[in-house]
Amino acid sequence: MLIVNERPLPFRVGMRMGDLVDEIKPQADVLLLNGMVVGRDALLQDGDVCSLIHTGEIPSALEMEQALDARHSPEVQEKLGRATVGIMGLGGLGSAVAVSLVKVGIGRLILADHDVVVLSNIHRQHYLIDQIGLKKTRALKAFLVHINPFVAVETRDVKLDSRLIREIFADVDVLLECFDNPAMKAVALRTVLTHMPGIGYVGASGLAGYGSGNTILTRKIRPRVYIVGDDESDVRTAGSLLAPRVGIAAHHQANQALRLLLGIDEA
Amino acid sequence: MQIICNGQRRDLAEDTTLAAMLAMLDLDPNTVVAEVNRKIIERDQYEDLRLRDGDRIELIRFVGGG
Repeated sequence: MLIVNERPLPFRVGMRMGDLVDEIKPQADVLLLNGMVVGRDALLQDGDVCSLIHTGEIPSALEMEQALDARHSPEVQEKLGRATVGIMGLGGLGSAVAVSLVKVGIGRLILADHDVVVLSNIHRQHYLIDQIGLKKTRALKAFLVHINPFVAVETRDVKLDSRLIREIFADVDVLLECFDNPAMKAVALRTVLTHMPGIGYVGASGLAGYGSGNTILTRKIRPRVYIVGDDESDVRTAGSLLAPRVGIAAHHQANQALRLLLGIDEA
Repeated sequence: MQIICNGQRRDLAEDTTLAAMLAMLDLDPNTVVAEVNRKIIERDQYEDLRLRDGDRIELIRFVGGG
């Protein structure tokens, strides 16, 4: 048996790479045999893993799904694929969380922010130099589509408050608080604890500077409610926000969101 | 009177408001989520809510950065 573009295919003695190309993907222009670039005349052996690539071609929804299933297992992927996750704030935390969740194939994301991409964002946020001046919602969605075009990404270009949080994120499975402003972090948690019982929630506090990455923790404060961070590294005291430590916190958040979606209610 | 804040006993003057207690702790009230006797307190009640002897208070304070 061969594995060709993630799928099993019966092996025949004497098969060459070119036979696969003619049979499966005539437009392929890059051929990989067990990870190495080869030509059409490369002879195949039973058990080989082959990739036939047409440079620049976007895989089909089915191919993406199969690639995710193969790595995450169909059981995990089924749960992630029907999940909706909300992200409040699309800065260093929110943009990194969104990238991570799109990569694992979350079914639907709702992204909210009212900011515009500026030069001072680029050092830690997932925006590109040529996106300066765009709304973060639009810029991030454009970026995410390049990673996985089959995730439903909805955007809300609004300045969130307690009422809008309740309205926009009423039906999410997990809500991620990725605000920069500590008052908004408090507003969001108050809103969720008071008005959105049962929702999964992962906030963040304490991630500035370049102190030890090992002090960033995920703490459970209520059933299905978590806060990530070291609880004290403020922008005012620990210095600026730097991509590595913000990224550690963001990925703690994304991981805890994933755990909640898979039914695990522990840090 | 005595209250318990984040597990620690504290002596407070009678009729201390939640806002006054946060000021004593040098906390910006806008960045704090407060629960008094298992009830989350809305931000606009911090100045009016008078604490009572035996109240159990949980505070979650946020710092900036995201």
